[in-house]
Amino acid sequence: MKPLTETKPRIAIQREDFSIAAEVEALLRGRHDLGAVVTFTGLCRDEGGRLEALELEHYPGMAEAEIARVAAEASARWSLAGVTVIHRYGEIRPGENIVLVVTAAEHRRAAFEAAEFLMDFLKTRAPFWKRERLSGGAFGEWVAAKEEDDTAAARWCKG
Amino acid sequence: MSRLKLMYFSWVRERIGRAEEEIEVPAEVATVADLVRWLKGRGEEYAHAFESEGIVRAAVDRVHARPDAPIAQAREVAFFPPMTGG
Repeated sequence: MKPLTETKPRIAIQREDFSIAAEVEALLRGRHDLGAVVTFTGLCRDEGGRLEALELEHYPGMAEAEIARVAAEASARWSLAGVTVIHRYGEIRPGENIVLVVTAAEHRRAAFEAAEFLMDFLKTRAPFWKRERLSGGAFGEWVAAKEEDDTAAARWCKG
Repeated sequence: MSRLKLMYFSWVRERIGRAEEEIEVPAEVATVADLVRWLKGRGEEYAHAFESEGIVRAAVDRVHARPDAPIAQAREVAFFPPMTGG
């Protein structure tokens, strides 16, 4: 069987919103050998009306490089045709997109698993920090890292 | 002595009071942990930023680094809290 041709991962760190449909289309364009595409979109929640926005700070240069390392790891583990990761920074309001992961493969299992792997490692390794802005405009706390995120990432390292 | 660019993010940046700085680091400061110890002796703002051992993370030349990572060849070292992206 001919091995799957993998296109270079598309990684973007940007202030602007993204179009999920356009990103899927770009990843699948001209391909007739793929049976599965998975998209995961992370959104900003209002936490029961408490939040007016999230402010996302990032480490320019390292954010791209670290996500590229995670994407390369995903490509080494699963047979993927393509990976797209877009992470926004700056002010993001409830209901808006924060992050997009798209994985394309011949079969669904690789696409599903790789997308979940990418998200688990993005959360614990990509240099981004969220700060809450509360309804009324005052700055709230920096969001604390969750232990369950570390546990989620660690389960890929077993065995 | 070697010249090092230091970068700080999130509440580490706020506690130290600046986003980045260039400093001369003595040659005996060999690892990330040495650098943290040395910075803590430079002023209250650093002591405050690094007060809880093991919380603040580091990257050496934009790659995650453990406390025992060497910094002799490094150009840029960053300090930040655990990440909360995604």
